Amino acid sequence: MSDPADLTISEAGAAMRAGALTSVDLTEAVLQRARVTESELHAFLTLDQAGAKSAAEAADASLAAGDDAGPLHGIPIALKDNMCTKGIETTAASQILSGWVPPYNATVVDRLAAAGAVVVGKTNLDEFAMGSSTENSAYGTTRNPWDTDTVPGGSSGGSAAAVAAGSAMGGFGSDTGGSIRQPAALCGVVGLKPTYGLVSRYGLIAFASSLDQIGPFARSVDDAVVLLEAIAGFDIHDATSIRGEVPNFRGSLNEGVAGLKIGIVTELSTTGIDPEVKAAVSRTVDRLSDAGADVVDVSLPSCEYGLSAYYLIAPAECSANLARFDGVRFGHRAEGLTTEDMMAATRAEGFGPEVIRRILLGTYALSAGYYDAFYGQAQRVRTLIRRQFSAAYEDVDILVSPTSPTTAFPIGDRTADPIAMYYADVCTIPVNLTGDPGISVPVGLDSKGLPIGFQLMAPALGEERLLQVAKVVEDQAVFTDRAALATSEVAS
Amino acid sequence: MPVEIDIAKVASLARIALSADELRVYEEQLGAILEHAERVQQLPTEGIPPTSHPVPMTNAFRDDDVTGSLPVADVLAGAPASEDGYFRVPPVLGES
Repeated sequence: MSDPADLTISEAGAAMRAGALTSVDLTEAVLQRARVTESELHAFLTLDQAGAKSAAEAADASLAAGDDAGPLHGIPIALKDNMCTKGIETTAASQILSGWVPPYNATVVDRLAAAGAVVVGKTNLDEFAMGSSTENSAYGTTRNPWDTDTVPGGSSGGSAAAVAAGSAMGGFGSDTGGSIRQPAALCGVVGLKPTYGLVSRYGLIAFASSLDQIGPFARSVDDAVVLLEAIAGFDIHDATSIRGEVPNFRGSLNEGVAGLKIGIVTELSTTGIDPEVKAAVSRTVDRLSDAGADVVDVSLPSCEYGLSAYYLIAPAECSANLARFDGVRFGHRAEGLTTEDMMAATRAEGFGPEVIRRILLGTYALSAGYYDAFYGQAQRVRTLIRRQFSAAYEDVDILVSPTSPTTAFPIGDRTADPIAMYYADVCTIPVNLTGDPGISVPVGLDSKGLPIGFQLMAPALGEERLLQVAKVVEDQAVFTDRAALATSEVAS
Repeated sequence: MPVEIDIAKVASLARIALSADELRVYEEQLGAILEHAERVQQLPTEGIPPTSHPVPMTNAFRDDDVTGSLPVADVLAGAPASEDGYFRVPPVLGES
């Protein structure tokens, strides 16, 4: 391999342990890729070159001393900038947090440090993770490394783009309505939203607390497993964290799909899906069937209401969570003669339009006289969706659909139409409402050369089976293409 | 069915100071989004309990261990204004 930045995590780990590669060299290759691509890509809000270098040196020293922290030891990774990093500015891509340096680490950040990972930087996102294109960042749009005139998806577009371009070997995002899986699909990488509660949310800047979940971006299913293993598990600091043993994620990873029953969710796979995406999904399903899976159609009619329920529940929770940004304790403060004037002015100045839109929407949906008709009803629809998914899993092992109705769309295409933007998440939202895990695996390119993602879903804590089938999808798709920006650098 | 929104009241509840022009834009956008979101009302949900949270749990207990907290100086370092170990804000009541 010509450039270590293009290795998978397991390949790099093997090379390091064979003495053929150091973390310093690997990290330098990844940083070099970032230096070359960032002017076009803008995946990072903060690139911590000095911090990464010293972490890599420490990783090399401890490995040489026989202290091996595991598969992520010395591996350069990227974090979405809504995860608190002690001593490194954390903005959630919002003006209101401009310059804010957290006094503590998110649990995920501490766990990654314990696993020996090297943080190369903090990646761009839609402000407070609200968006599907990374265009809502207060600090400029990230571009898709496959075609820089298109969006990388969102909200975790920076992490997806960095992993696809080689400026990180793995990345982390948060997924509230598809914010890991949709950008993974649009950038041609693997993106996993774990079961709600499997990964601690402590230190993740909250958007919608009953939906938010942190998960990995990777260039292979195997790498996604390694990244998930490093962050999963109970955390005393998160009251919604699942107690008990962390499930084994790799027990059946190589067991194939023979004898498994896979359901295609009709409501997420037909209306409004781009014909090329539809064709790629049906090719993938055919291959699963050839590999011995029993593939059936599954109808989940309540999914049709998922988007509507989500756009009441998520804004309602966001309006409460973002009340804390008021110019008192952190970040930006505007002038005001009284505290209340100061708060209202601070919030008007500090929040971008999409965040204001969602706060207003949530405030309305929770306000007296409308609560039951909107928020209450959305919560009852959420119950119906959960029940239909549970019933489906009594019959099938895994549910599948496209990840995104379309491939990457042009920058600026949907910014004037919030509802068109919201439709980007129509396939990914249901499992945020149910709390179940979902993964996007790249399965091909459309005629424009843009990646297509295939979504797999499993019941809560069903990651082992989910990854097992994802691995078959990956093996059969033989998706070896790389983003234009990742390959052009090698030539330059 | 068009949704009725008192946008000035909503903005005031949300503590966001918006101009009349901005209020008009948001009112229109919220109307369009809520017309879409209103579809949830088409589903019969009589007797269906609400789900506020995907993991069935009630209380999350932990041991009552005394641990350290963040140093006050570190926390105040991120604040726009502080004084004597407190966050400092403009007058809350009446005139200064």
